[in-house]
Amino acid sequence: MWQYTLKRLLQGVITVWFIATATFLAMHSVPGDPISGERAATEAIRANLAARYGLDKPLGEQYVIYIGNFLKGDFGISFTQQNRQVNDIIREHFPVSATLGILAVLFAALGGVLWGALTAIYRNRLPDTIIMFLVILGISVPSFVFAALGQLALVNINNFFGVSILPVAGWGTVSHMIVPALVLGMGTMAYLTRLMRSSMLEIIHSDYVRTAKAKGLPAERIFLKHQLRNAILPVVTVLGPAIAAITTGGFVVELVFAIPGLGRYFVQAVQQLDYTVIMGTTVFYGSFLVFMVILVDLLYGWIDPRVRVQ
Amino acid sequence: MQEPISTEEGFTRSAVKQLAVFSVLAVLVIVAVMYALNFIAGLTGSDSQSAAGAVDIENNEISVFLRQDPPQLDSTRSTDVVSGTVLGHVMEGLLRYDENFEITAGLAERWEIEGTKATFWLREDARWSNGEAITAHDFVFAWRTTLDPAVGSQYAFIFYPIKNAEAANTGDMPLESVGVRALDDRTLEVELEQPIAYFDKLVAFSTYFPISEEFYESTNGRYGAEAESLLYSGPFRMTSWVHGASIRFEKNPYYWDADNIHLDAINIAYITEDTNTLLNLYKDSRIALVDLTAEMLEGAMQQRWHLDRFMDGSVFYIEFNHRPGRLSTNLNLRKALRYAQDDGELVDRVIKLPGYLPAKSVFPVWLRGVEDTFREEYPAPESEYNVALAREYLEKAKQELGITEFPPIVLLADTSPVATISSQYYQEVYKKNLGLDIVIDPQIFRQRLAKMSSGDFDLVLSGWGPDYNDPLTFADLFASWNLNNRGHFDNAELDAQVRIAQNSMDQRVRMDAFGKIQDILFDEVVFIGNYERGRVYATNPQVKGILRRAIGAETDFTRAYIVPESTAP
Amino acid sequence: MSDLSSSSSVTLSADDFAPLPHRDDIHGINRPSRSYWQDAWRRLKSNRRALFSLWLIIGLLAFALIGPFLWQVDPSRQDIDQISQAPGADRSAEIVPEYTAWDGSVQPGFESDATGLRIGADANSQSVRLIWDAVPGANALRLYRNIFPIDGELAFGLPIAEFTSVEAGFYEDRLDLRPDTYYYTLVSLDQDMNLSAQYQELAVDVRRVITLDEVRERELVAPDVELALGDEVKLSFHPFGTDYLGRDILARLMSGARVSLFIGIVAPFLFVLLGVAYGSTAGFIGGKVDQVMMRIADFVVALPFLLFMILFQVVFGIGPGESGILPMLVALILLSWPATARLVRGQILQIRQEAYVSASRLLGAKNYYLVLRHMIPNTLGVILVTLTFAVPSAIFTEAFLSFIGMGVAPPTASWGSMSNEGLATMLTHPHELIFPAIFISLTVLAFNLLGDGLRDALDSRMRSLE
Repeated sequence: MWQYTLKRLLQGVITVWFIATATFLAMHSVPGDPISGERAATEAIRANLAARYGLDKPLGEQYVIYIGNFLKGDFGISFTQQNRQVNDIIREHFPVSATLGILAVLFAALGGVLWGALTAIYRNRLPDTIIMFLVILGISVPSFVFAALGQLALVNINNFFGVSILPVAGWGTVSHMIVPALVLGMGTMAYLTRLMRSSMLEIIHSDYVRTAKAKGLPAERIFLKHQLRNAILPVVTVLGPAIAAITTGGFVVELVFAIPGLGRYFVQAVQQLDYTVIMGTTVFYGSFLVFMVILVDLLYGWIDPRVRVQ
Repeated sequence: MQEPISTEEGFTRSAVKQLAVFSVLAVLVIVAVMYALNFIAGLTGSDSQSAAGAVDIENNEISVFLRQDPPQLDSTRSTDVVSGTVLGHVMEGLLRYDENFEITAGLAERWEIEGTKATFWLREDARWSNGEAITAHDFVFAWRTTLDPAVGSQYAFIFYPIKNAEAANTGDMPLESVGVRALDDRTLEVELEQPIAYFDKLVAFSTYFPISEEFYESTNGRYGAEAESLLYSGPFRMTSWVHGASIRFEKNPYYWDADNIHLDAINIAYITEDTNTLLNLYKDSRIALVDLTAEMLEGAMQQRWHLDRFMDGSVFYIEFNHRPGRLSTNLNLRKALRYAQDDGELVDRVIKLPGYLPAKSVFPVWLRGVEDTFREEYPAPESEYNVALAREYLEKAKQELGITEFPPIVLLADTSPVATISSQYYQEVYKKNLGLDIVIDPQIFRQRLAKMSSGDFDLVLSGWGPDYNDPLTFADLFASWNLNNRGHFDNAELDAQVRIAQNSMDQRVRMDAFGKIQDILFDEVVFIGNYERGRVYATNPQVKGILRRAIGAETDFTRAYIVPESTAP
Repeated sequence: MSDLSSSSSVTLSADDFAPLPHRDDIHGINRPSRSYWQDAWRRLKSNRRALFSLWLIIGLLAFALIGPFLWQVDPSRQDIDQISQAPGADRSAEIVPEYTAWDGSVQPGFESDATGLRIGADANSQSVRLIWDAVPGANALRLYRNIFPIDGELAFGLPIAEFTSVEAGFYEDRLDLRPDTYYYTLVSLDQDMNLSAQYQELAVDVRRVITLDEVRERELVAPDVELALGDEVKLSFHPFGTDYLGRDILARLMSGARVSLFIGIVAPFLFVLLGVAYGSTAGFIGGKVDQVMMRIADFVVALPFLLFMILFQVVFGIGPGESGILPMLVALILLSWPATARLVRGQILQIRQEAYVSASRLLGAKNYYLVLRHMIPNTLGVILVTLTFAVPSAIFTEAFLSFIGMGVAPPTASWGSMSNEGLATMLTHPHELIFPAIFISLTVLAFNLLGDGLRDALDSRMRSLE
């Protein structure tokens, strides 16, 4: 087990190095000029700025410095907010994105299991039809349309009741989290509902459920221990990729709901060609995802010894 | 084999019952997680956002928005409008603009500009937000820091009228040689390179704000990065700044004119560029002011909102590349392009927002002349929409260039919504009226500037915003030495007129020079005017005294006040 | 078993274990049999939902490819008279003379004894010309325009113009005039430039008009039809309405379909192809090569997809006049192939160990035969299903990139960029969002359902119970 863990971690470190290098190379082949500002600067000022960001050195040297700083956990100073460290930006904004992501995954997982089970129980009856219609909507409507419509609906609800039931946008309190997390988790929830439904249906028809019924086990026990529990397994296995998709797919929701997450920051940085922030955020997200995947794998290995052998 | 139906039904019922229990548990789990996450987030420092409404009469405060997180509140490096708006609330320099946009006393109670010498006498009660006195040394430090080559400030040029400032900024002379001295704690003396007519207006600009040296050094290079890493000289101070989320201004008790500041606090409760989100927030009474797009006007009228408009001072135009070898160096082609478009159509039909005006001149309508506005005294030459004439000029251009067909002409534009619309509009207009093939080169803002600087374009959608309230802020744009003249227009007569306007102390002579510049720009078709930008906005009827203007803080709440509903008209 | 044990006297030599020489007839099957694909097709045909989505996809492709021949409207043609027109809006316009600038004089026929705010000329969609008398007592005047009569709330609507002179004056309004009734108010401002309660109101009916030149230029009527001033003509017909530049939405949807479906179908096709080649090579060669190749694939998988999509868009950049489709295609392929490669490699490795492959090898099958007869047919199902499910995600990616302004460059239209632009006008002109959004949803839905159907039809082991 230790050897396996060590091996996976080593692989992770190499992968992160690869991501860092790829990001570095990508950013340094971008046509354009991160120093250019609205008011044109003299050569002297440009040279000062270039020196400040180490852009005056040869590429190889810049790379060595970059990797060195990265090992120290230092991503440098932002180009647009020249008095802010990229580290500060990540530290302040990542928890927001993570909060949103965790909630969205929770919504998606719990909702998916609930609706999936319900549709399987009521298959081909009205609740099934209604939920599956919503699922189809959830799968086929782009998230930015959902976000915009969700917000519009909130305004109208608030105006209708004359009080603010849920905030329209912003961040800071628990009530601010609900709608954005729901919107963010919507697509995944729809996907998981479908998965759960077919997995449930397979189990409902399985021999051991029939046996359990024949044996006269109480209905609660059959449903909970035999059906639900086994049907959830395939849902659990796709949660890993779902987490990754939700964490980086949060941009849209963060943009529409004015949430100060790292995703929105990344998009802004791209639009302002803020080299250091783009590199820092990409490498940070990349590393985060790599180690999340390793963690999930290790957990599986812990639960299921067969994985380790492979 | 057939199971009794009652059993199947019973099973379903029991399953649903259990799912109901499950969903209750799920909701509980989610709520618990939400509170846990909120608690953890609270530990990492970000304040909870107050759920206050747009106007809080009880606490005498209002909530508003910002378009983006202020990128730079270090006044030595700040360049953008949003930072300028925030700085305009929390900082004050020697002089400031009053409600009628005239220069008035700020931290200096008295000033004297005589020839190449300017003297400012600071108020006795000018204090930083920590209670310490603001001294003349704080100005000397701030100005020298801006000029320090190591700081690399993009706005250092705004100090260049001061003696030796340019040389110090390029590193040719020591910073100590810059012509600004503190005679004592309350007297600041400035020596200029030569007499200039608009130095008082320059001094009101944000780069001229003071900085306490002691405080600056104590922030370890993070001056202006957080609410705590700034010392405030203006009517408000920042008490919290959650990056990207919210900022809170509270009345600065040490401000010398605190008696005339009516609000106790201003909450910047939301930071977003999304116009739909902002509209929704305004509808939900979360913010006291909202800018409207053309598409929102109908809804705004239906809601019976009180609408206002203002011009934000910027002028937008198509600029040409005058580098040798470019087609756009041909005057007849430029004339053809001008006569083939109707600037009124772009503004009235496509942008269709009241407040926008066709840009007939590089000098916007609000600039002051000698007595009246500059444009009243020196009317812009009228261009007409005349496709037949345009085609004639195009034929002449073809002959001069010795070509029968024009190759595709590159129109560089940035990716802002209005630039996207305008570029497509012009593409179609020139295709329809002149048969020209315009290819759009859409680039993000910084890339557009980089491409302009390197000369990689034929036409470019560009614009300019004023730094100070004098026509010169626009007039020198196309001077051959100006680095912002990215199309490299070079005209000796224009250069001479700019020099006159820079050096003369006589307003009449200067305005005449600006008038001539306006004519040269028209005759040479140095640009094709698109529009002067305006904004339409709705304000909460309970909030009065909001100023919106072209120079300084774009939206100024410093003198705003709340009128309770009953007395509001 | 019993047979073997009884005849213990049989002696075997090493030759007996050598593979037989290759013989074609041994692989022949005598009974008539449906092939794997015939079987799959039969199953797919019985799945109503999958069949419906198949037809839907064919329809969408026809919309993109044949549509422009049936609806020959230039998608970049701007109809400035019909900006953001909803489908089915009135299109009639009256022919009037060419617009000429106005000096404030009253047009013959509009002289009146009325005082206060009044019109000085025919009010139409070219211009509304207002004149008024001096307003004593006011400090300045502001002109407003509204779409409702002014009520007790004194919301005057849009501030159109401001006048420092309170003498008799005139103003020409040309701002976005539509056939509608407008309520103009001239409000007096007090000393502090605040609104006073003193105002004059005027309701103006605006007719849509067009000039003769415009009618001829846009070919709204046949060239041989005689037209005179005052005649009524119909403006161009836009079945799905127009967008913010007056462009025909149906034509743009068609050209957008070509972009979106191109990216949505070609990108997955290419990256799946690349993945298949890569994965099967790795799987077939095996050993060290396989290890190295798969490690490289792992690296690419680890890159955060959307972040690198955006990064690549920036790196490749969009040059003048380029649509931006190619960079997006390349980025999608570069980032998406490893998933297929992994899948195919896994399948190949698995199939390699199957008993029937060993048997086939024992019976003298060559490598190419193994690949063609066993490997490809047995992975093709999986590949096809992957391909079908990759289409919706590619279409979403395109839409998503357009949403954050990193998509195709204007004036190129895609469904994603159209919905993004539609979001801005969602409240007043919902049709600009609804149509492209519906097309995205339909496509995504169709490919999802087809994918389900294919999975069920091609691989009974993967069949989901519906």
